[in-house]
Amino acid sequence: MQQELTRRIRNNPKFAELTQKRTKFGWQLSILMLAIYYGFILVVAFAPSVLGIPIYGVITLGIPAGLFIIVTAFVLTGIYVRRANSEYDELNRQIIEEARR
Amino acid sequence: MKRISLKIAGAAAALTVGTAGTAFAADAIAGAVQQQATNWTAIVMFLLFVAGTLGITYWAASKTKTAKDFYSAGGGITGFQNGLAIAGDYMSAASFLGISALVYTSGFDGLIYSIGFLVGWPIILFLVAEQLRNLGKYTFADVASYRLQQTPIRLLAASGSLVVVALYLIAQMVGAGKLIQLLFGLEYVYAVVMVGILMILYVTFGGMLATTWVQIIKAVLLLSGASFMAIMVLVQYNFNFGALFQAAVDMHPKHLAIMQPGTLVSDPISAISLGIALMFGTAGLPHILMRFFTVADAKEARKSVFYATGFIGYFYILTFIIGFGAIVLLMNNPEFFRPGPDGTVNPLTNMLGGNNMAAIHLAKAVGGDLFLGFISAVAFATILAVVSGLTLAGASAVSHDLYASVFRRGRVNEQQEIRVSKMATVALGVLAIVLGIAFEQQNIAFMVGLAFAIAASANFPIIVLSMFWSKLTTRGALIGGFMGLISATVMVILGPTVWESVLAHPKGSAPFPYDNPAIFSVTLAFLGSWFFSIIDKSENARAEERAFEAQYIRSQTGIGAEGASAH
Repeated sequence: MQQELTRRIRNNPKFAELTQKRTKFGWQLSILMLAIYYGFILVVAFAPSVLGIPIYGVITLGIPAGLFIIVTAFVLTGIYVRRANSEYDELNRQIIEEARR
Repeated sequence: MKRISLKIAGAAAALTVGTAGTAFAADAIAGAVQQQATNWTAIVMFLLFVAGTLGITYWAASKTKTAKDFYSAGGGITGFQNGLAIAGDYMSAASFLGISALVYTSGFDGLIYSIGFLVGWPIILFLVAEQLRNLGKYTFADVASYRLQQTPIRLLAASGSLVVVALYLIAQMVGAGKLIQLLFGLEYVYAVVMVGILMILYVTFGGMLATTWVQIIKAVLLLSGASFMAIMVLVQYNFNFGALFQAAVDMHPKHLAIMQPGTLVSDPISAISLGIALMFGTAGLPHILMRFFTVADAKEARKSVFYATGFIGYFYILTFIIGFGAIVLLMNNPEFFRPGPDGTVNPLTNMLGGNNMAAIHLAKAVGGDLFLGFISAVAFATILAVVSGLTLAGASAVSHDLYASVFRRGRVNEQQEIRVSKMATVALGVLAIVLGIAFEQQNIAFMVGLAFAIAASANFPIIVLSMFWSKLTTRGALIGGFMGLISATVMVILGPTVWESVLAHPKGSAPFPYDNPAIFSVTLAFLGSWFFSIIDKSENARAEERAFEAQYIRSQTGIGAEGASAH
């Protein structure tokens, strides 16, 4: 029974579509997040004075940059969850339904 | 007023370790500080919290019957609730007091730390959260051993879990004792025993359901308290951030230097290594991973991470404002300082109780004694909630992985397994009390850093490889995982924190030059797992590779995954 389900899911082109789309999207967002974070860390390590450039009174570039990363982390998770919980879950539901038919 | 002088240099660790910064932890509290007078407001508020949470435990006990209830709250926690609980596990007393103290002393550097702690979460969501939920049952060993041999993989996973839990637990217990001594004027030993007993009660009777709700309540209290403090600070400047920062720069001895990166992150290898430990360590902490099994499905698991990221990010923004608030509201107020031997006050070294008290003193400055009592009680509640989650994770590794799967080879009924789990909880609780007392005078600053490094080096690579790489074999996982565990431990011991600060060798003599080994030990674990898997030509290895497809389909679609139990 379980083997039969597995076979049907594997042979359903929608399964390949789901995993490809979701994996690709997950990696794109991960790379974006990692690039932003490690970009920030490299600036901290190699050119800390850049983050000390004043932009408004005593507020330096580092403050909005740091806030930007925090907000980005939250927004990116939101974007992923929104898409995964609608588009991908719908595709997933169809795959399971078709396998059980 | 009773004042006892105490040396708590070692305790620095416990309060700051959650921030994993060993360099920073070392100078956060140093030298003698004074125990506060008995704080009755705080004690009353804390007793209210204890009474409420024991009530919840009583309720949870009536709903905790099966193993699934005990380990994963029956899978019935919602994404929002779980998000709060995860945030609660993450917002330890250490990060609340430690990061606000770091902002107080160094300004911008505190923000660098916070960001390192936060950015692991999106990565967990994008790459592993739903697969974890779909494959796992009670512990992350369920995921790692899904298609590999049960006995060796569970042994590896349980070792990784127990080492991480033990290190974290010792750090939290010592921190609890010191903090309570400072805040409540209670003896260290009483405080440690009380934390141990309460956590045994929550976990043995209420299981994951009680542990989760204790964590949720604490998270709400902590977020409310921190929000109130941040707002009270901002009100004084009409919500004009420019004016707040200007006042802080004027008042702080380092002046403009607090608005840019300081000395905290100096060389690139350390910076990147710390980033790796924080990011992948988060994805390898057993008490955090367990939380993914408390929700109904992958959809709720994703939502949990979304809410958790939001709450944690918000909390770090608050601690940043609180740190700056402490600069502007405390530094020129002699009430919070004790003059040095020469009669002058250095606001960076003479704070009453040490710099980790910055947030606590600020509570008094903005909200008087009543609010001080509230924040003190919340800080205590925070430790209690975190140790409960840790103990449950440790007990699960003992009962579900070691006892049921390794020792009894799966031939065990649920009631026996739960009984072993409760016995393990009591044993861990007693052990935590004993170790908490034994380590009172030790420098334990390295422990949470080591816990993160081991979680990143031993647990994380095995979880990820078993999920995504079909050619991972039992032999590869076992050798790679232990290589990560052992190399991380050895490099921490040979590194400057333990070699020079704990073992008292001369400065600069450490055989391993970096505080954080993650960049090397994580790489070793991955390489070891890869190499010993590809040279594994056994029949077992081929069978394990064939089993990958069914695992992959379950991990992607959730078909056959554990659902919520009906209540």
